[in-house]
Amino acid sequence: MRIVAVTACPTGIAHTYMAAEALEAAAEEAGHEIVVETQGSAGSTPLTAEQLAEADVAIFAADVEVRDKDRFAHLPQVSVGVKKAISGGDLLVAQAEEAVKNHVPAAAGAPAAATPAGAKAPTGPGAASKVRAWLMTGVSHVIPFVAAGGLLIALGFALGGYQINLPDDSPLYEQILDGGFSAGSITAWGALAFGIGSAAFGFLVPVLAGYIAYAMADRPALVPGFVGGAIAVTTGAGFLGGLVAGFVAGGLVMWIKTWRVPRALAGIMPVLVIPLLSTAVVGLLMYVIVGRPIALITEGLTNWLNGLSGTNAVLLGILLGLMMCFDMGGPVNKAAYTFAVAGLSTGSEGALTIMAAVMAAGMVPPLAMALATVVRKSLFSEVERENGRAAWLLGASFISEGAIPFAAADPFRVIPSIMAGGAVTGALSMALGATLRAPHGGVFVVPLMGNPLGFLVAVVVGTLVATALVVALKTFARRRPVVTEAAGTETVTERETVSA
Amino acid sequence: MSDLITADLVDLDLPAGDRREVVRSLAERLVEAGRVTDLDQFLADIEAREAQMPTGLDGGIGIPHCRSAAVTEPTLGFGRSSAGVDFGAEDGNPADLVFLIAAPEGGGSDHMTVLAALARRLVRKSFTGELRSVTDPAAAAGFIAKEVSA
Repeated sequence: MRIVAVTACPTGIAHTYMAAEALEAAAEEAGHEIVVETQGSAGSTPLTAEQLAEADVAIFAADVEVRDKDRFAHLPQVSVGVKKAISGGDLLVAQAEEAVKNHVPAAAGAPAAATPAGAKAPTGPGAASKVRAWLMTGVSHVIPFVAAGGLLIALGFALGGYQINLPDDSPLYEQILDGGFSAGSITAWGALAFGIGSAAFGFLVPVLAGYIAYAMADRPALVPGFVGGAIAVTTGAGFLGGLVAGFVAGGLVMWIKTWRVPRALAGIMPVLVIPLLSTAVVGLLMYVIVGRPIALITEGLTNWLNGLSGTNAVLLGILLGLMMCFDMGGPVNKAAYTFAVAGLSTGSEGALTIMAAVMAAGMVPPLAMALATVVRKSLFSEVERENGRAAWLLGASFISEGAIPFAAADPFRVIPSIMAGGAVTGALSMALGATLRAPHGGVFVVPLMGNPLGFLVAVVVGTLVATALVVALKTFARRRPVVTEAAGTETVTERETVSA
Repeated sequence: MSDLITADLVDLDLPAGDRREVVRSLAERLVEAGRVTDLDQFLADIEAREAQMPTGLDGGIGIPHCRSAAVTEPTLGFGRSSAGVDFGAEDGNPADLVFLIAAPEGGGSDHMTVLAALARRLVRKSFTGELRSVTDPAAAAGFIAKEVSA
């Protein structure tokens, strides 16, 4: 962890430097890097833009106003009085660790001493290391959409049956809502819930992309981010496409902001020029550079899967499981799902086992993440834990998107884990010969299944595998130092710190 | 510029008394050494700083300090009290080590680096530990002077 700190006291001759010394010793002891700006009377060497950009957290130990505090706006912050740093440097460092862990910009739930600030564009170079903060801004805004939309969709399935979303080109719920709402029909209520939920889900990728861009480059980046995300939906690029859109939009706007423009133009840059220009460029990229290949990939995968008929069933289950859990609604997932649904019309036994395996695997990601937030609370932020609660029902309803906030926040640890779980589930479901005629519905269609027990076993085992992996990866890949006790009151017997 | 501290600015056996009396006794040494020109002014400045927030630190340390027009150069008066002096530390323990830090009002930052160095030493257990065991004022002053110039 890289810490930046500011120490300041009224006189500027004693506490400022004592606090700096104590913080440096405590950070070193805990294995972190720290740079302290002492705003005292011996002059202060300001933190460099690079140090600020690379930092993970800011500590303020000050009894007077910290100068130029907005330099730290992009960081999670811990603010205390100057004496707290002197008497409890190690406690403060532990608080900073906590603040980093819980840092979800623009959301409540951090410990009292920590003041999470909205993630804003950091100044200076080294911005790439801020990727996680940017991601978390996007994710924290997306979670309510996932929860509200997903639960409404689940309710829609529960009330309206799995046919509510069928057929693809003119789904039942749209027909019902178009034909006028009838309060006496339970199916109509289901259609309503499904329609509202789908509308909320429509925002999922645009909000993710929009707020990543916003975190990077502020308000002018919202438009290209949202629009790029919306195009990712249109072109079927899914949430991974949305991540690309968000980062491209944010990066582009950051860059445009560095341009030197004539003063006459400067006034309209943020409201007109930047949004217009960046949106045009991001839109072009998303349609032409990202969209086309995505369509080709989807097509290629579908053809490939169709050519695989007759392959060993378990192998096919593994493959489909991997695909279902790769991008939760993106092109790879879509290819696997479409392959399974297309087979249903043949009604063959093989096609029905494939449908069961695909749905089973698609249920694993949200279930595994929900379970992970329960068994290892500390690995997740407060909002993630709340999302985990909704994810139980989303997973049970085969709404794989429930795992998107987790996957977007930490793709390199989460996606491989849930893919492995999905592969186990897909293989087991095939091996146990579960069959399914419905293309959707999760636990609601279990009564319609062949060998429902086998299906459930497959889901549970895959979920356990994915959970174990995600917990293991998150635990080992992030060093979690034991929080040492607060500085004691004895002076002589305590640990020796480095001496001159 | 002379050393931050000399042997005659060290009192290894402070008279028993409350915070004000102890500070006054150390401050008188600063006046005698010609580093504080106006004792009352200096004590008032110390008291003003003390009123903002007590300067007692956990672990038996008191660091009364101020920037004052009555101070001619950065100076440290160091005293040890067997009875202990209450400087309002949060742990409630009286201070057995008292560091009276005097900074000139308009001192440039160059002047102040020595005080910054001193302040940094104050949180090191090795530094305060040594000052608790030292037996001779000259040794104490020498140790401090060596530490802050390192």
